[in-house]
Amino acid sequence: MAESKKRFFHVIREHYCKGCSICVAFCPKQVLELKNGKVFPARPDDCIGCRMCELRCPDFAIEVHPAEEKVTAERSVNHIDLSLPPEAHHA
Amino acid sequence: MAEFLSYFRQDRLPHIWCPGCGNGTVTGALIRAIDKLGLDKNNIVVVSGIGCSSRAVGYLDFDTLHTTHGRAIAFATGVKLARPRLKVIVITGDGDSAAIGGNHLIHAARRNIDITTIIINNNIYGMTSGQASPMTPHGMLGTTAPYGNVEYNFDLCELAKAAGATYVARATTYHYVLLEDLISKALMHKGFAVVEALSQCPTYFGRKNKIGGAVDTLNWIKEQTVNVKAAAALPAEKRAGKILIGELHSVEKAEFTQQYLELIARVQRANPTYARNKGVPGCELNSD
Repeated sequence: MAESKKRFFHVIREHYCKGCSICVAFCPKQVLELKNGKVFPARPDDCIGCRMCELRCPDFAIEVHPAEEKVTAERSVNHIDLSLPPEAHHA
Repeated sequence: MAEFLSYFRQDRLPHIWCPGCGNGTVTGALIRAIDKLGLDKNNIVVVSGIGCSSRAVGYLDFDTLHTTHGRAIAFATGVKLARPRLKVIVITGDGDSAAIGGNHLIHAARRNIDITTIIINNNIYGMTSGQASPMTPHGMLGTTAPYGNVEYNFDLCELAKAAGATYVARATTYHYVLLEDLISKALMHKGFAVVEALSQCPTYFGRKNKIGGAVDTLNWIKEQTVNVKAAAALPAEKRAGKILIGELHSVEKAEFTQQYLELIARVQRANPTYARNKGVPGCELNSD
């Protein structure tokens, strides 16, 4: 039996994405597409996890994680308390 | 990686840069390099001048200093001398560092002060609508060069090297992995380190020169460059006109703040009255 394929999932921060399509164009497996001017993973099963979309993204709008990695609530920007100043999180 | 976003003032995001602007990529590379090296964010100062690239400090959750046009390195020199233990990083653009701040760049390089300078070179003055900068290549178009630029551009890396910088490297936003690697090395280098990050300005440089959007401009940058290691094996005609990327220069040389502190200690030993009076009046040493 062939070795089971590693799977990945994508975290998209839609309100950061400006639809420049750098990630779409330079994805080696054409996993991503633009929908309504925002990126979305059209073929996530094809993803090989090279993370070039995440690294080249100028807007910090996409992240790639291995499927087994759990996403906790605080990973999402929607759960960040922006009423606190950034200094509040400093050691 | 929520850890990645924790280096940002998230209430300021999303940032103001145009769609497809390379400044975000270079900022991301700096953050990931700092994260990988495990540097303490309370000991990092990021200084910038004026320009699109210099807006980066507004989004970064370090101690940051947004200064006057071209004077980022001058302010950074002051910060470094006042608190030598801090890691001082300068984010500057091509207009900021090569035009109005060119003098500061060469003199910081001459002193070999321990500052990491990241020059985001997008070949044009992006913030003020695309005037030709000292880094606009010969023959390219800009608002102030509608029939082609008749001036020649600097080779910033050669300039920094000749001025005495001890670490000089160049990468592009297309070659992201190389860029992050070179920024890491520059951060760990003791002495004046310059990393020139060739970046795309799709809004002005790409559009004015009919190159296209962000993706086309990135591909254009890719075609212009060749790695310095690969170039060594290439025949001269294939190398002609290409911009070299990679680590271009790295030497060890005595660093400025270190020598300055040693000088103070030496003078105090030779003049015990200075030490007894805690130095020259009005010039107290820092408590830390």
